[in-house]
Amino acid sequence: MLSSAQTTPRLLRSPTTTAAAAALKCSSQIITTRKSLISRQTSAVDLAKSFLHRLRRTEPQLNSFLYVPPDEAVLKQAEDLDKKIKNNEELGPLAGVLVGIKDNICTYDMPSTAGSKLLENYRPPYDATAVRKLRACGAIVVGKTNLDEFGMGSTTEASAYQVTANPWDLSRVPGGSSGGSAAAVSARQCMVSLGSDTGGSVRQPASFCGVVGLKPTYGRVSRYGLVSYASSLDVIGCFGSSVADAGILLNSISGHDKNDATSSSREVPDYASQFLEIDDLESKPLKGLRVGVIRETLEDGVDLEVISSVRDAVSHLEELGCLVTEVSLPSFSLGLPAYYILASSESSSNLSRYDGVRYGNQVFGDELNSLYGDSRAQGFGSEVKMRILMGTYALSAGYYDAYYKRAQQVRTIIRNSFKEALDKNDILISPAAPSVAYKIGEKKNDPLAMYAGDIMTVNVNLAGLPALVLPCGFVEGGSKGLPVGIQMIGAAFDEEKLLKIGHIFEQTLQGCSFVPPIVADEWTP
Amino acid sequence: MALTLLRGLKTHSFRLYPSLHFTRNHGVLYFSTKSTQGQTATREKQHTRLKVSSKPESVKFDEISKNYEAVIGIETHVQLSTLTKAFCSCPYNYGSQPNTSVCPICMGLPGALPVLNTKVIEYAVKLGLALNCSLSLNSKFDRKQYFYPDLPKGYQISQFDIPIALGGYLDVDLPVEFGGGHRKFGVTRVHMEEDAGKLLHTGNGNYSQENYYFLLIGIVDLNRAGVPLLEIVSEPDMRTGIEAAEYAAELQRLVRYLGVSNGNMQEGSLRCDVNISIRPIGQLEFGTKVEIKNLNSFSSMSRAIDFEISRQALLHSLGQADEIVQETRLWEEGAQKTVTMRKKEGLADYRYFPEPDLPSVNLSEEYVNEIRDSLPELPEMKRRRYENMGLSMQDVLFLTNDVNVAAFFDATIATGADVKLATNWIMGDVAAYLKNEKLSINDIKLTAHELGELIASIKSGTISGKIGKEILFELMAKGGTVEGLIKEKDLVQIVDPTEIEKIVDKVLANNPKQLEQYRGGKTKLQGFFAGQVMKETKGKANPGLLNKILLDRLNSKS
Ligand SMILES: [Zn+2]
Repeated sequence: MLSSAQTTPRLLRSPTTTAAAAALKCSSQIITTRKSLISRQTSAVDLAKSFLHRLRRTEPQLNSFLYVPPDEAVLKQAEDLDKKIKNNEELGPLAGVLVGIKDNICTYDMPSTAGSKLLENYRPPYDATAVRKLRACGAIVVGKTNLDEFGMGSTTEASAYQVTANPWDLSRVPGGSSGGSAAAVSARQCMVSLGSDTGGSVRQPASFCGVVGLKPTYGRVSRYGLVSYASSLDVIGCFGSSVADAGILLNSISGHDKNDATSSSREVPDYASQFLEIDDLESKPLKGLRVGVIRETLEDGVDLEVISSVRDAVSHLEELGCLVTEVSLPSFSLGLPAYYILASSESSSNLSRYDGVRYGNQVFGDELNSLYGDSRAQGFGSEVKMRILMGTYALSAGYYDAYYKRAQQVRTIIRNSFKEALDKNDILISPAAPSVAYKIGEKKNDPLAMYAGDIMTVNVNLAGLPALVLPCGFVEGGSKGLPVGIQMIGAAFDEEKLLKIGHIFEQTLQGCSFVPPIVADEWTP
Repeated sequence: MALTLLRGLKTHSFRLYPSLHFTRNHGVLYFSTKSTQGQTATREKQHTRLKVSSKPESVKFDEISKNYEAVIGIETHVQLSTLTKAFCSCPYNYGSQPNTSVCPICMGLPGALPVLNTKVIEYAVKLGLALNCSLSLNSKFDRKQYFYPDLPKGYQISQFDIPIALGGYLDVDLPVEFGGGHRKFGVTRVHMEEDAGKLLHTGNGNYSQENYYFLLIGIVDLNRAGVPLLEIVSEPDMRTGIEAAEYAAELQRLVRYLGVSNGNMQEGSLRCDVNISIRPIGQLEFGTKVEIKNLNSFSSMSRAIDFEISRQALLHSLGQADEIVQETRLWEEGAQKTVTMRKKEGLADYRYFPEPDLPSVNLSEEYVNEIRDSLPELPEMKRRRYENMGLSMQDVLFLTNDVNVAAFFDATIATGADVKLATNWIMGDVAAYLKNEKLSINDIKLTAHELGELIASIKSGTISGKIGKEILFELMAKGGTVEGLIKEKDLVQIVDPTEIEKIVDKVLANNPKQLEQYRGGKTKLQGFFAGQVMKETKGKANPGLLNKILLDRLNSKS
């Protein structure tokens, strides 16, 4: 049965219509929150209560969170904020914003398990830089979200603790590895959330859950406090229910960090200034922008409905004034094997520290080697073990040149081909994933099929580029359809352009409401 | 080597019980500035005194070992004296309470990342240049992966295929008592890396089952984890224990001259692992390589090598060369022998790969030149300069051994002091005082300027050499100036003949009996009279003048 939401979204053809503008102005929860707090329309406590209430109600079905602090801890921060408002004190840009944090990002006041038994009950003595910055901006952390163990997986089923459900259809996966963060924003359990993206772990779940996912340029956001999976690919990314929220969130966590030698010292532009309101738009607001559609991403292996949704979105961009061409990236298919070799190699090293001496359960054996072996065998899940084995193999003497080194060479080729394509285009377009959310358990025993699902996203990590995923339509499935995400890839450190295009695309997309059925009744934007 | 060392070797069911005895006492020529800092290759007073073995085995052994040549290479780890660790801002102080100087980074906590302390690069460049290496302007860090409880991340940040410095050499002047001679030992590479933590309760290096369980309850001290190291790998250019020990001692001197490390072996700031193999003289291929660890002083290094050479030579001569296997052996100071620590089962695969958490290390030519221009005068240059000043090699080696002594000497002669006199004072009374008081030259109150004054005052005849000595001790212990002390104690030498004549006459008049005896032929009494005059003048009479006047008076028949 087709519901109304499944109809192809229409372009809003007369952006000057005031009624439409009024409705769309409020799409940013962060901006709305700020306005209503400052105008005393609502209090931080009331806001927090309504989110906590929804979180408690939906969590038994969704399992997005691995840890939620006692209500009092959250409400205490909201009370403090209300006092500040009462005293007319200056408010941070994220004052009262309720944030979920992926559990592989360290928080000093909450456990940080990275979804692994090895870090069960582990409490870091420090906040990750991104978390520290969020808190300094006035954000309130509502909990730690579920993930595939150490970020390794595309479904969140590889969490050592629980399986998270997709808010659009509880029998489906939310995607991964940041499935908890995506589901939590989708189901309005929090306003925005942080995830991490090594090969698509922010973008693919954003697509599956119908939210906006932003993977920044490598080095834009400090990795300090992000439990390393593959250091040269890992980035902390943002989830929001609007492009504006993801952009404002990025604004608050970006910038050089003296604790991360790979963080960039480039100046951070004010991303928030991008978010024009709809009545400021001209009729062709994206006039002259060159958009390249990556041919290889709309071929065999991609669901036809996904292709058609993305093609519609491309037409939408064309109507907004973009010059659309098709570009070919012949190296595109090389990305997947190169990614899995590099990511596994780095992870095999990064996970060495979980040796049974310091973390997890120690399994005593006859000698030191069996302490390591047995503790790790019991502590790690099978997906993690498989990747450690692959990585260890790829780095071994005699295999290094054939695997690791070759993969690095492929990485250089991919980086160059993206560079070339982005010299000729402002952004590149692809689907965020070859399919919409699939059933829980569907690919659990077919890792290759699951890995293949990462084809759209891994190249972007290899090239270190920023990419924005936003919902662009629906395909049949569930009770109200399943969201499809479009991926926009930009040049390094050009998040600004992605956000601008994404925002205008989102503001002019009509007929779509990306609020999942589980909260549709109570959510009024 | 046979020239310098004799061994008493007994064989007992194919095991060697060494009693390696040095033929001389090496304490003479060298001194240390501080007991904790002062071990130098051949300079420690040997605890084992000379006992030349008359046993026939030792003669036989010398015969055997003559037919073999040892090939020795050394891997040295130098702990850099940066204020903070290599990749975090923790300070490192040797001897602190366990796990008091740690943070998420050096503990390898999840999510923590390394950030390079740029001082490490500066020190590496300094040492690389001082070792005449060519520098890699573009190098990088790599991860060396292995599991051990003292390694919190499961890998060590090191440099693998592109070390920061490559292909240099080290100049060494062998001590005169070991035959002397100049050597150039090749340096293969210098690379930067981080230190590991320490296992507590493993005192003798015996990693037993018991200790392994200790680890599990947290007996790992991570204070040292992440402390910056430079690893210096030598070419296999050394042939004897003395050469090896002198190479290491020169390296110690170098890092101290450069100020990049305190070079202290007992604290582990300078650690040497020795690789050694022997081969029949004339053979080109190398023999099987054995690694020796746990060398806590230069002399133990020299003794361990000589022990190992004898052990291996004996096995060769007994036709049991196949019992020499690739292994790590531990030097046991108590037993004075090496023992198997672990056999190497194939090559360890460290699965090196580029450290993705750190950007590559790029040096500009300007940066390198700036450091090159700022290098101090290095030991080798100093030795050649002192040599050209006419000092003997013994003096040269003594003065250059300690950078502070050399600086003191340089400052003394800068006052215009005679080079030989300055050398004698420093090597004689000053050195003896330092040794007795267990002080470094920087600890004493005497300044180079005052030593120059002292030498000048003696030379000009203002004070006698004897009084000079007295003043010196005062200056070393309490400080002050030569001029002030001379005035304060009224020590100016009496050089006025009439004044001395007066005193001589007074002494002769007061001792008529002795005078009569003298004139009766008991000329030995001259000393008595001289003593009396010195007593009268409180030692200030110029001795030459005094003796001349005294003889005149004694022998005049008035
Ligand atoms: Zn530290």
